Amino acid sequence: MIARLFKFHGGVAPEGHKDESAGTPIRRAPLPSRLVVPLRQSPRTTARCCVEVGQKVLKGQRIGEAEGGFGTAVHAPTSGTVVDFAPYPMAHPSGLPTRCVVIEPDGEERWIERTPFDIDAAGRDAALAWLRDCGVVGLGGAAFPSHVKLGSSGGVDTLILNGAECEPWITCDDRLMRERAAEVLAGARILFRLIGARELLIGIEDNKPEAIAAMRAAARDAGDEASILPVPALYPMGGEKQLIRALTGIEIPYGRFGAEYGVQCFNVGTAHAAWRAIVHGEPLVDRIVTLTGNVAHAGNWEVLIGTPIDELLALAGPAADTDRWLMGGPMMGFALPRLDVPVIKACNCIIAASPTLMPPPPPEQPCIRCGECARACPAELQPFELYWFSRARNFDKARDYHLFDCIECGCCAYVCPSHIPLVDYYRFAKSEIVARERDRNAADQARERFEFRNFRQDREKEEKAARFAAKAAETRARAAGEATAETPAAGAPAAASPGDAADKKKALIAAALARAQAQKAAAAAHDTEDPAP
Amino acid sequence: MIHSPYIRKPASVQRVMGLVLLALLPGIAAYAHTVGAGILVNLGIATCTALAAEALVLALRKRPVAIALSDLSAVLSAWLVVLCFPPIAPWWLTMLGVTVAIVIAKQLYGGLGQNPFNPAMVAYCAMIVAYPALMSQWPPAGGMDFGTQLGLILGGARDIDGLTGATALDALRTGLHAGAGPVDVLRQGPAFGFLGGSGWEWIALGYLAGGLFLLAARVITWHMPAAFIATLSLVSGLFWLVDPARFASPLFHLASGGAMLAAFFIVTDPVSGATTPRGKLIFAAGVALVAWTIRNFGAYPEGIAFGVLLMNLCVPLIDMKTQPRVFGHRGGRR
Ligand code: SF4
Ligand code: SF4
Repeated sequence: MIARLFKFHGGVAPEGHKDESAGTPIRRAPLPSRLVVPLRQSPRTTARCCVEVGQKVLKGQRIGEAEGGFGTAVHAPTSGTVVDFAPYPMAHPSGLPTRCVVIEPDGEERWIERTPFDIDAAGRDAALAWLRDCGVVGLGGAAFPSHVKLGSSGGVDTLILNGAECEPWITCDDRLMRERAAEVLAGARILFRLIGARELLIGIEDNKPEAIAAMRAAARDAGDEASILPVPALYPMGGEKQLIRALTGIEIPYGRFGAEYGVQCFNVGTAHAAWRAIVHGEPLVDRIVTLTGNVAHAGNWEVLIGTPIDELLALAGPAADTDRWLMGGPMMGFALPRLDVPVIKACNCIIAASPTLMPPPPPEQPCIRCGECARACPAELQPFELYWFSRARNFDKARDYHLFDCIECGCCAYVCPSHIPLVDYYRFAKSEIVARERDRNAADQARERFEFRNFRQDREKEEKAARFAAKAAETRARAAGEATAETPAAGAPAAASPGDAADKKKALIAAALARAQAQKAAAAAHDTEDPAP
Repeated sequence: MIHSPYIRKPASVQRVMGLVLLALLPGIAAYAHTVGAGILVNLGIATCTALAAEALVLALRKRPVAIALSDLSAVLSAWLVVLCFPPIAPWWLTMLGVTVAIVIAKQLYGGLGQNPFNPAMVAYCAMIVAYPALMSQWPPAGGMDFGTQLGLILGGARDIDGLTGATALDALRTGLHAGAGPVDVLRQGPAFGFLGGSGWEWIALGYLAGGLFLLAARVITWHMPAAFIATLSLVSGLFWLVDPARFASPLFHLASGGAMLAAFFIVTDPVSGATTPRGKLIFAAGVALVAWTIRNFGAYPEGIAFGVLLMNLCVPLIDMKTQPRVFGHRGGRR
């Protein structure tokens, strides 16, 4: 099959630094002294702990139940004893703690009973639930639950397997494809089947000829018709939207998902994890991590989730002048604020950085509007405009210029001759906008509550007054009736009074509602910050 | 703490400006060879003036001086000022022009990256308004010996006999209108444009070579030069075809050194120009249109500078109206 590739705008080609770690086979990291397995998986979901301190667990035993639509299960990465269940610091720029199950390995690596899953017999929905309960999430870095991605059944024609691995230094997907091509392909076919696609495209950057060859050989051996497509090594080719664009020409705007456009994209590591879960009944308890940079022994390690990073780093032999450790690649990763944090499912690479390897950027200079950043931006934004607006705290304007379409890939900052940390400005502007949005929503709610309370109090007051009036009239009427002979007219005021009151009440309610409406309209007019893009 | 990206392309403002200066060298060499080495003296004066003025203002503004000076942007502005001025402009005129460019057009607006107007063009316009006579005295087409040039640059008294520029100047003073006799004189005389008339083609070629180098080095994009040259050719060609007696040919317009300098080095100034691809086309085409109009119908021999300033004013609007589409918006491109 001859496929035409599409170009995406911009992109940069930093030095790859792949050779440092790509040459050696994947090794299994030794069992650490303890495993700290976080139950919190994303800002949205935390698994519910289902073990107790002191309990013995087997490798692959579920320790956290999936909760909510986006939740996935969490498993014991090895056999041993649960020794703690408490908040521990995380590998996150903030370093904030989250609830973790701490397991002391018994060194025996005893598995639970592993039963392969039979998709034919159980059906698609059960298979998705199985993947969820096996804790399968995207291993490309986002850790998005795979069953959710697969859940959008119908209409997905094209399944894309992402083996681009465009960030410098990272080689875990490269090694995986080289060494386990058949498994990756089989996993892709499982995902393919579950999503009901008609076409399987595998995109691999052309700086990985061995991986391409291995995948092609595996496809040939399996008689598989998947298209294995070398794509130009151009960062951020591995960005989901960029790869989809390169392979299919389809552009997915901000805030939309591939499934809406008939394509879905999975990382090669995810395919491998799905294969293990379905074919071997093994939940996701480890992943491949590239350890590289300023180290003596760069390479790829198969690491149990929960392994403390400081124990892992010892395997690589960091050089003395290492001053930082980056998690992820140098373009989009972050410097670990501390090292006593566990490896998580999203952790694809740890890089030792030194002042010579990754020198601090030269001092920031004024923007000369040279447009280099715009030429490099894969989202086709005008980064310098966003920068001017963000800097001037002109957030509405920044949003008008599509700030939220920015994928924070760092291409603009990479090329900027004035060394402006552009992405920092965008992060700042985005968080400010989100915070203001939240404040405003809260204020809106408070205002609505306040208005309603006023309205209710007014209403109650009016009702009370009406009741009093009615009662007074009644009393008067009664008094009058007692004093004089009964006339038909005497009852009339008494009867009219409640009717008047009801009308009055209605009018008051209408007025209060109109007032509330007018206030809301005024607020909306002030409000140039609709959340709609 | 430093955030991602942790790696940077080896790029700097200094490198960008340095490449532009480098690209000017062929044109300058041709200039010095054809017209005389006086230009080099003025370049030297201008460079020193620019650095001194920039340093002084930065010190007054309490900004780091060394970094700003080493970015070479002041030197570039100074060179462009000199290349627009007559090569025999007296030293104080050069200094004044450069000071206007650096202090008023650049630093008063906030320094590098903040100026809405092209500094060199501000200097040119200010000086041609203030000193129309001096700004219109060009050496004759055959060149002028260095000694005479040096005397004119450094000396006080100016003997402008034999300077054809005086003729053009007279024409300007009496109010120039297309179709009047002096146009022919002007067209042949060197007062046309920043430079002009016969014998200046080599300089234009030098600028062209430098411009192509900048394109190859990806310092500038094709949009501005292409739109400028195309528009200038188109409009001058159209009128020339209709009435060759009244209007100069496109080739004449292009070969006047000012046009090539403008196409590759002046309209392409990133700070004060339009930034979007379509905006660049509009901007450069606008400059060319205004330049041609003023050259033919205006009160000043050179229109490029006014064209640039006028279009500088329009930049915010142009940029706003020509924002390119964003990835994913308006659907996929097949
Ligand atoms: S690359 Fe840097 S200097 Fe150039 S326009 Fe963008 S932000 Fe400004
Ligand atoms: S970080 Fe944002 S603005 Fe910068 S290149 Fe990437 S997408 Fe464009």
